[in-house]
Amino acid sequence: MPTKTATRQQKTAEKDAKSTANGSPKTASKNSAKLKEIVTDEVNKKEAKAEFQTRKKSQTSALKNTDPELLREMLYQMVLGRIFEQKCAEVYRIGKIGGFCHLYIGQEAVGVGSMMALKEGDYTITSYRDHVQAMVAGISPEEVLAELYGKAGGNVGGKGGSMHMFSKEKGFFGGHGIVGGQIGVATGMAYAQKYKGTDNVTLCFFGEAAVNQGIFHESLNMAQLWKIPCIYICENNQYGMGTSQKRAMSISNIASKAEAYGMANEFVDGMDVMAVREATLRAIERARKDGSPTLLEIRCYRYMGHSMSDPGKYRTTEEIKKYQERDPIVLFKESLKAAKVFGDKDFEEIETKAKEAVEKAVKFAEESPFPDESELMTDVLAE
Amino acid sequence: MAEMTIRDALNAALREELIRDENVFIMGEEVAEYDGAYKVTRGLWKEFGDKRVVDSPITELGFAALGVGAAMAGLRPVIEFMTFNFSILAADQIINHAAKMLYMSGGQFNVPIVFRGPNGSAFQVSSQHSQALEAFYANFPGLKVVMPSTAADAKGLLKSSIRDNNPVVFLEQETMYGMKSEVPEDEDFLIPLGVADVKREGSDCTIVARSFTVPQALKAAEIIKSEYDVSVEVVDPRTIKPLDIDTITASVKKTNRLVIAEESHSFASVGAEISHQVMENAFDYLDAPIKRISTVEAPMPYARNLEVAALPSVEKIVAAVKEVCYL
Repeated sequence: MPTKTATRQQKTAEKDAKSTANGSPKTASKNSAKLKEIVTDEVNKKEAKAEFQTRKKSQTSALKNTDPELLREMLYQMVLGRIFEQKCAEVYRIGKIGGFCHLYIGQEAVGVGSMMALKEGDYTITSYRDHVQAMVAGISPEEVLAELYGKAGGNVGGKGGSMHMFSKEKGFFGGHGIVGGQIGVATGMAYAQKYKGTDNVTLCFFGEAAVNQGIFHESLNMAQLWKIPCIYICENNQYGMGTSQKRAMSISNIASKAEAYGMANEFVDGMDVMAVREATLRAIERARKDGSPTLLEIRCYRYMGHSMSDPGKYRTTEEIKKYQERDPIVLFKESLKAAKVFGDKDFEEIETKAKEAVEKAVKFAEESPFPDESELMTDVLAE
Repeated sequence: MAEMTIRDALNAALREELIRDENVFIMGEEVAEYDGAYKVTRGLWKEFGDKRVVDSPITELGFAALGVGAAMAGLRPVIEFMTFNFSILAADQIINHAAKMLYMSGGQFNVPIVFRGPNGSAFQVSSQHSQALEAFYANFPGLKVVMPSTAADAKGLLKSSIRDNNPVVFLEQETMYGMKSEVPEDEDFLIPLGVADVKREGSDCTIVARSFTVPQALKAAEIIKSEYDVSVEVVDPRTIKPLDIDTITASVKKTNRLVIAEESHSFASVGAEISHQVMENAFDYLDAPIKRISTVEAPMPYARNLEVAALPSVEKIVAAVKEVCYL
């Protein structure tokens, strides 16, 4: 749906990026060039394919410095996330899952690329689109799916559902249902990490629509003012429910909003898992050093609707296909192959392992009992 | 025992808990360098420094959220709202986040945090600075709501609130900060949450009062005693949630008459809840309909005479007691 307005928007984005580069830390100087590559709202299929090739080249070189076992695990988590979410859509349609169900398909590189750069003692918190982040944190697919089924074996015993996965043990502070609410909570988690004298950091995920909430701005101000080691990851999938970013935000370059608070920021291609990893590592390094926070705008795309109840009438199938041309899993596999890290046999193994894990999760969720009614009034208050 | 103001009793509670547990920190507007808008935190920044007593920007939602996250990660924040009217800006964090966290995380993340500050009217501060919000917060499972009316209660309840493993909404009253009473000096002087206190014993009529209306109820009880020789019992629940309904019910079963005096508006108030619970628990003991004295159903006016007319008063409580006692 190319329009004149969209074209103007794109130009504004480039302009925004340039102004970002002028007044910001080193990292931002790359923004303007990168942004030009990435703002693909008007890119046709041919251009998308060309961009895929460019990405593949840069990703291939990035792979050489990374431990192959880590790369295997990253690919596994992305594939698992994809297959898991596809299974969720399938079982949702036959009524196994109630309430809301927000899927992550298309955005896998963001959660995997960033979270797998963390170390022991670091924290993660995210929005309601939390299944994949929960699994990357180490919560089993069985627990996540059983939670979606509202079963006793679920991650929080059937009390939270799709939007509320938690694991204190794994430093996963939840999926949260109020748009932007977790941004403030994350700021407090990172505040506690610094208060206790650790060098740990907090990763906070939110969608681009959350940036319009007051809590985003209140949090960034405090984080920069007090040097709170929080890494704010805006997963810009370009739609807040069914409203495109163009129709909801006065500027298109979200990373540049950090400039208002003097905060380091970077624009990242969310289809490129290695680019996400590297940008996160740079942000982590700053945060561990002296608590400096960072805003990362990671441009991605969700293939599915906002939730399972979204018919997606606000965008064209053409637009979705354009992004699928640059699919993060396909891109990662091709780069791994080109860099001769893995071959088809490895991919098959990984896929089989992920499928088995999802089937095991389905079996577990089906067989798990519903929570006992005695659970209704437990955990309202702590002892 | 030492005689001190409610302000100093709160200050002593904060100081003792800051010393006792290094995970306790205070954050809010003007709490540090300025010594607190109402001087409740006087001297604490000088004694404990920037880490433990933190001036925040005017960003209520932001610092309430920071407190919630810090509490989930193991600290014990005491978040001061300059007035509880401003807490409405932070209600998303108090209600949607703090109150729900333990339940929706399947018991994994408790939120040991205190949100404290003055609640209710002050001296002619008009509509947006005079609201009593206890019913609002008490409506949500997962929160505790505390309202002290004496210096001893203020100290013992605040210490218990800071040590509590749940989010506590701790409501003070601006016009009462300077009121003096005896306070035990023991560092481990605690008053458990959820336990009412009979502030005056009596046999003919019960007044349930909290915070602002407790001194008024005690004064009204004296007047009724001297003018009509009728004995009034004054019960102060001290904690709104959990509510010690047993103490209230026991009193009503003894006196057979009940007046509820509260500073909030009457509609869907804590008084309405107490009235309902007394009806459920002691219906057959009541010799008269329950009477409530609340703030009128209008925003608070500025003019002094209108403000007085809007709020509960000794005269209004005396009139209500006379009505239920058929005097």
